[in-house]
Amino acid sequence: MGTINPQAYLREKLYTEIKKAKTRDGYGKGLVKAGEKFSNVIVLCADLSESTRSQWFQRKFPDRYVQVGVAEQNMASLASGMSAAGKVVFISSYAAFSPGRNNEQIRTTISYNNWHSPPGKEINVKMGGAHAGISVGPDGATHQALEDVGLMRLQPGMKVIVPCDDGECEKATFAAAETPGPVYIRFGRAEYPSITTEKTPFQIGKITEFRTGKDCTIIANGPLVYEALVAAKKLEKKIDCQVLNCHTVKPLDEKTLLEAVKKTGCVVTAEEHQWQGGLAGAVCEYVSGAYPVPILRVGVKDRFGESGEPDELMKVFGLTAEDIIKAVKEAVAMKKKI
Amino acid sequence: MDIHPIVKITDIKKLKLLANLIRQDIIASLVAAGSGHSAGPLGMADVFTALYFNVLRHNPKFPFWEERDRFVLSNGHICPGLYATLANANYFPKKELLTLRKFGTRLQGHPHRTALPGLETTSGPLGSGLSQAAGMAYALQMDKKKSRVYCMMSDGEQEAGQTWEAAMFAGKNKLRNLTGILDRNNIQIDGHTEEIMPLEPLKEKYEAFNWHVIEVDAHNIQHVINACEEAQTIYEKPTLIIAHNIPGKGVSFMENDFEWHGKPPTAEQGKIALAELEVFRKKIEKGVD
Repeated sequence: MGTINPQAYLREKLYTEIKKAKTRDGYGKGLVKAGEKFSNVIVLCADLSESTRSQWFQRKFPDRYVQVGVAEQNMASLASGMSAAGKVVFISSYAAFSPGRNNEQIRTTISYNNWHSPPGKEINVKMGGAHAGISVGPDGATHQALEDVGLMRLQPGMKVIVPCDDGECEKATFAAAETPGPVYIRFGRAEYPSITTEKTPFQIGKITEFRTGKDCTIIANGPLVYEALVAAKKLEKKIDCQVLNCHTVKPLDEKTLLEAVKKTGCVVTAEEHQWQGGLAGAVCEYVSGAYPVPILRVGVKDRFGESGEPDELMKVFGLTAEDIIKAVKEAVAMKKKI
Repeated sequence: MDIHPIVKITDIKKLKLLANLIRQDIIASLVAAGSGHSAGPLGMADVFTALYFNVLRHNPKFPFWEERDRFVLSNGHICPGLYATLANANYFPKKELLTLRKFGTRLQGHPHRTALPGLETTSGPLGSGLSQAAGMAYALQMDKKKSRVYCMMSDGEQEAGQTWEAAMFAGKNKLRNLTGILDRNNIQIDGHTEEIMPLEPLKEKYEAFNWHVIEVDAHNIQHVINACEEAQTIYEKPTLIIAHNIPGKGVSFMENDFEWHGKPPTAEQGKIALAELEVFRKKIEKGVD
């Protein structure tokens, strides 16, 4: 029977003593850490410094913090220009606006501008997409970015990261500063259970196996990783689920994913995003060509969000451990039929 | 290693001859390409010449020289003018101009930063260049660099909201090392700018955004150089040079006709255009232009 992977160094008492934290706090901490290590790191914000936590960087490095006002399109291209002049630039806003509003500016002035850069001449713009997903809650559909991972994943050369908790977001933010070229980091507003510890491995482009299992692979990112672990725990006596934390949607860790599907023979994807275009899209596109197995998707089913409390919305939109359990049962049944 | 900028050309007759040569190269590359924009590159040929042979501190042997001035072409569609200028400044072999827009070329239909030495940005979608230039100017000021940033924009892209977001940012941050050059030729692809979307009063608009504004005849190379020098004396503000020009300048059947905004000459039209430019070159030589 599968267990929590000891190599993942997850928090002890993961299920019994839930400790919640804001993923965006990790962004704030990561920015400060990156700022301390690299004197050319600067942070831009479009009038959302408190809620994106870029304020934490501002307090520490006021001279390297640039307020651009409500102008996300300008922010993206300014960052491109600053990067061309030698800076590593983080741009911060709600995901609904950046990359929601400024997609073309990111495409042309960041991603394509970076395409085929000689080493050392990359366009080093790192994008923090805050308040993503429906767990923004009461703000409603306009602010609930559900398409951003898909948008960013379509751009050649872009790296797309959806951390599972505050600690991983901090690691991802720091890693983004060290990694050449454009990176998108996506996180939510609400508090989520902390899963990882300082010792939990994190490498951009590398899936981390959080739980071993042989009957079904649950591949998740963001807040759905915890839900996946809960689902696996609840199912453990009947179905042995492997849980993969796929924080990097692009580039996809195809090697680890292929090994997983060969072993378990069926997959459930889980993400706080449209069920097309994001993690599910990436997994389906790869697995269908490499080693076709049943894949069921837990995500937002091609609709807009609405106002409500985060926990309430996660239930209504089918993004809980219970929804994952249902999908796992279906996936295993499909596997048996084939 | 000590890198020095190329020596400025101050002889106006030499600069006029270079501008004429650049116009001829623009025509040749457009004929070879079979598509592309004619009016804009011809209209700005004198400004390109002033910039690359007098104003800019740059060195084609070291395109990544850190102390260089930056030139950002926001209206990427007039890149045949920039390409012809870069080739004449020895950034790449002139014969490559005939590969414009063809498969495998470094001279993409709209410029791509990493494709060709000397390009500072990728551009084409309008309205993003001033933001990138302002970003460069901001970062260079942070690092106390002396480099200046020049950003050429079309008048049509003054219709794009992002241009004004960038103008506001540059004004707020007193980007004295940023000079905008507005290719004011009054045409855009669908017709005359003031019919498509009235832009005037442009000078007052930029002044209201805390810019210093200079208006020049873009075909008077000395005046263009003077305006760029004046911009360097303005300490508190970015400067905008409104470069009034005749689209298609130098080719009689293209001048002031918006139909020539987005199309190339045919081989036959190209011959006529080159003949006209050659006549004009002789006049410059004789000092009777």
